[in-house]
Amino acid sequence: MKQSNISERLFNGIVKENPTFVLMLGMCPTLAVTTSAINGLGMGLTTMVVLALSNMFIALLRKIIPDKVRIPAFIVIIASFVTVVELLLKAFIPFLYGALGLYIPLIVVNCIILGRAEAYASKNDVVSSLFDGVGMGLGFTLALTIIGAIRELLGAGEVFGLAVMPESYVPCSIFVLAPGAFFVLAALTAIQNKVKLAGEKKGRDMSKIQSGCNSDCMNCKETGCSRKFVDVSAKEELEVIEITDGDEFPEQAVEEKEEAPND
Amino acid sequence: MSDLMKVSSNPHIRSKVTTSNIMLAVVIALLPAAGFGIYNFGLDALILILITVAACVLTEFVYEKAMHKKVTIGDFSAVVTGLLLALNLPSSAPWWIGVVGGIFAILVVKMLFGGLGQNFMNPALGARCFLLISYTSIMCNFDCDAYTGATPLASLKAGESVNILDMVLGKTGGTIGETSMIAIVIGACFLILLGVIDLKISGSYIISFIIFLILFGGHGFDPAFIAAHLAGGGLMLGAFFMATDYVTRPVTKKGQYLYGVILGLLTGIFRIFGPSAEGVSYAIILGNLLVPLIEKVTMPRAFGKGGERA
Repeated sequence: MKQSNISERLFNGIVKENPTFVLMLGMCPTLAVTTSAINGLGMGLTTMVVLALSNMFIALLRKIIPDKVRIPAFIVIIASFVTVVELLLKAFIPFLYGALGLYIPLIVVNCIILGRAEAYASKNDVVSSLFDGVGMGLGFTLALTIIGAIRELLGAGEVFGLAVMPESYVPCSIFVLAPGAFFVLAALTAIQNKVKLAGEKKGRDMSKIQSGCNSDCMNCKETGCSRKFVDVSAKEELEVIEITDGDEFPEQAVEEKEEAPND
Repeated sequence: MSDLMKVSSNPHIRSKVTTSNIMLAVVIALLPAAGFGIYNFGLDALILILITVAACVLTEFVYEKAMHKKVTIGDFSAVVTGLLLALNLPSSAPWWIGVVGGIFAILVVKMLFGGLGQNFMNPALGARCFLLISYTSIMCNFDCDAYTGATPLASLKAGESVNILDMVLGKTGGTIGETSMIAIVIGACFLILLGVIDLKISGSYIISFIIFLILFGGHGFDPAFIAAHLAGGGLMLGAFFMATDYVTRPVTKKGQYLYGVILGLLTGIFRIFGPSAEGVSYAIILGNLLVPLIEKVTMPRAFGKGGERA
């Protein structure tokens, strides 16, 4: 297992294919539970644990699971881990369990998890799949925490339960209600696209931070894509080199630094 | 080359009606209601109206400058939005309510959807509902120097009697512009005489609302009850100035009647069966969302098509 592949998977999940802002997957928990930063963080981490474990086990069993019944098999694996996590939360972090409520069992049908199982874990080795799950989970956690923090800040004047706004601030309660989730998600996605567009205009290589699939498999570097039909092994080496020089894009540079312990 | 040398396909007769003309007419038509609101609620109302209008115009200007678009504040549409929004605020609201509402109306409801002509819901009403959900206690605080206590509609809902003459004249608590039925109808008559609006939507809205009241209001045919419902709250302001908004109403004739009836029904449902006393703004916003469907259903067939069904 190459070290660079691990960091590539993490980078892929957090920035390039961020499940919330780029792939637009798992919208139900994203919109429903991000009423505060702590809820977003809790939901994200819970999902990450399930995602990493289910990815790992699906990758382990990928040669045993018959193709025809793979979806039920994936669901059984995912549901087992969700049950484990649910019981653990109930026992050790009851306040989070109370806050997330119904959305914990609903992680079973979170399309990020089934999506990664189908698109990546069922075709790749165990370690890559594990880190794909961790990367995607971190991306999801990051997105949910940011959305939750902004909604909590505007809607209650607090972040993580700490008052940050001055006394005179009157909370705009629409932000902790359902419409606020859409406003914040839309605004953050727009900012993300704007940054990307500005980078492209300046001639930076933005191909690594793409918006979903543009059906251009010839120029696509996504290794875990189920629709992939061109040989990418020739591009693999090139990709590794490109990933390691992270000066092209400020956000990417930050992410690279965070990942340093893994390298 | 001068403006006389325009090359275009026929017809060549040009109308003098422009967006800014129409919007200016609407502003003038709203002045009686605004004037009465200022007379009724004092200087606070004037300041709030000015701040809200300024916030709307400034937001449009800044957004268009920042996005390198043509600056369209000259068409007065932002002024109309600001004025309508201000008339929908209680005079006791702090100044920043007008600013937040104005920014939301222009930036989120209007500009992000492509500016004037592209917005799917009335910006002023969108902002009013935003504020109503966000700052319920401020938006429902109708206490001021002149009046304290519930609005006439709230009293009516609680089963108390109301003074209908005061409601028609506008000497009651409420938002700045909604209280005086007479001032609003004067403005509406001005618009109807100019041909800016017609009675298709407003008429079918009010008539269907009256029919709903008779059927489900619980009072049968009681003229006093009906008159109180017509004069109270934002029904008149909504029916003449917001439901008739060119951008967010259906374009087809049949569709406009249907739209009016839907608004009347929704307002009736919200007022009679809903938990709050007022429902005009939510009714019109929901109606705005139905406009594409209404237009689809009522689109006239081209001559000669679908003969057997006609």
